[in-house]
Amino acid sequence: MESSKVIHAFYNDDEIVLDAVKAVKADGHHIEEVFCPFPVHGLDKAMGLAPTKLAITAFFYGITGLSVAIWMTNYMMIQDWPQDIGGKPSFSWAENMPAFVPIMFELTVFFAAHLMVITFYMRSKIWPFKKAENPDPRTTDDHFLMEIPVHNNVDELTSLLEKTGAVEINLVDKH
Amino acid sequence: MYQFSGKLKTFSLALIALGLIGIVISFASAPSTIDEAKEIIAHQSSHGDDHANTHEDVKETHQSTDAHHSQEDAHHSEVKKEHHVETAHGEHHDDAHAEHVLHQLQNKPWSALYVSLFFFLGISLLVLAFYAAQRVAQSGWSIVLFRVMEAITANLVPTSIVMLIVVIAAAMHMNHMFPWMAEGVFTVGHENYDPIVDGKSWWINLPGWTIRSIVYLAIWNAYRWFIRKNSIKEDTANDNNKTFKLNYNVSVGFIFLFMLTESMMSWDWIMGLDPHWFSTLFGWYVLASLLVSALTVIAFVTIYLRSKGALPAVNDSHIHDLAKFMFGFSVFWTYLWFAQFMLIWYADIPEETTYFVARFNEYKLPFLAMVVMNFVFPILLLLNSDFKSMPWFVLIGGVVILAGHYVDIFVMVMPATVGAQWSFGIPEFSALLFFLGIFIYTVFSAFAKANPLPKGNPYLEESTHFHYYNIEHRGEGSDNH
Repeated sequence: MESSKVIHAFYNDDEIVLDAVKAVKADGHHIEEVFCPFPVHGLDKAMGLAPTKLAITAFFYGITGLSVAIWMTNYMMIQDWPQDIGGKPSFSWAENMPAFVPIMFELTVFFAAHLMVITFYMRSKIWPFKKAENPDPRTTDDHFLMEIPVHNNVDELTSLLEKTGAVEINLVDKH
Repeated sequence: MYQFSGKLKTFSLALIALGLIGIVISFASAPSTIDEAKEIIAHQSSHGDDHANTHEDVKETHQSTDAHHSQEDAHHSEVKKEHHVETAHGEHHDDAHAEHVLHQLQNKPWSALYVSLFFFLGISLLVLAFYAAQRVAQSGWSIVLFRVMEAITANLVPTSIVMLIVVIAAAMHMNHMFPWMAEGVFTVGHENYDPIVDGKSWWINLPGWTIRSIVYLAIWNAYRWFIRKNSIKEDTANDNNKTFKLNYNVSVGFIFLFMLTESMMSWDWIMGLDPHWFSTLFGWYVLASLLVSALTVIAFVTIYLRSKGALPAVNDSHIHDLAKFMFGFSVFWTYLWFAQFMLIWYADIPEETTYFVARFNEYKLPFLAMVVMNFVFPILLLLNSDFKSMPWFVLIGGVVILAGHYVDIFVMVMPATVGAQWSFGIPEFSALLFFLGIFIYTVFSAFAKANPLPKGNPYLEESTHFHYYNIEHRGEGSDNH
């Protein structure tokens, strides 16, 4: 099965891999994935990845946390067991609001942070004890790996990748 | 090299002249006798239809300002409180009331001048401190903005001179903004004797206050004079960064002295207006307010000079970073504002709550509007990363932030000095114009005097290449990444 074969091109510098990605894209090939030991600024743009929507989810998670905090303080401190807060027994949520601001702030941050991490895990399809998908352990050390699917164009791709400064090019079966 | 245009110079001089005329008018029209004050009170109450609550408001002021105005009363504050609840509307007859209003009206032109003065002095000072912090942190991004910041600190000199005049005038009893400077406050048995203020006399006393005020101004101006001179020297020094390292060391010393003097300055110059009241984070609160204003001013001057082509090395990422600071310190200001409010609200101790009672009773609109202007608006406008690099958004956000922090200083000063007699009219507006004119004149003439790029700074190269990964610089393709 030709279409399940991919080329793994190795690079040893982030600037070189960035230029290589641009060259491969300019030649009209699809890049499946680039594995890096550290985040490379501008790589997402060069690969043509859509901007992350994680920030938008964070905003809504924050709003959720704020709402939970308002509901929780109202239920606990006003409805279920009315409390005399700071010697001001008004038993009204609005009048005791200053006392709840730290809780509202903290739960906003708590919800935004935790739910954002969980969302990130789900979007990246990773979870605890998952086996690493990393094709080569060197990409966790000092090498960058570009993965390009092959469609009857091995020779053309290989010569292009050699020109971009790849230090090693392997044709492998993708499982 | 940038040229301070004749048009801008004329504009700034016109502002100064206009402001000066307004200031002179407001000083001349302040009442000098009780009879004149009575006339004004009568005039105010004749407008009963427009200001339905005026009279009641004035009575209330009387009550709450008395609670911390030591000249008026010598009793302990708690005793006084009861006393006022019972007698505020009866016993105080018109003469005492008129005299009180007279003092407030006499304070008005001074306070109007003082609010603008403190605002502009503080902004220049905080730009200087931010600049020193950039040197101490050896930051790379901000080098192309160094000459802008240095130019803004030039405004420290004229504002310090005016502050010196106000300090000396206060020490010579030419104004009565600081109630603890009244006669007899520290004399046991005197009718003005105030045991609470007397207990703090080791700090609040006239010689100490005057000397400290002069020392603060001297320290700040000495550092400014030194660092400006040596920063220009860096350009041509070519001495293996010896000058650069000297500037670093002196800046470290200044940051230390600045943190001490800034806190003390806010106690002496602002908290001393309400000598009974105290807040342990007041120095931080004033710092936050002035710092966010200072960063907004840096962004404004940078955007203006860039639009004139005087700052070719400044790109959208530099604007983006300044806007991030504006956003961040707006949140920081809100945090301190709320932290101060919440503790006082929670504990509900009368001598602490007077501060907020006075502001909620007579300054409700500015006091609450300021929270919207300084927190809600900047948060919503500058939350988006893309907006932070667009000059128009930064300008709109910045105008609201600056107006909001002017109101903040206004609400710090006015309730203690003029009480319910506050307004925003000729005295306040002309003081603002006067200092704005001085600001424009000093800042842009200082910017024209030095190379807009600090050529000798070892981090200059890093600064010109500064690019925040998330934003696209206008006029650049994706190859420039």
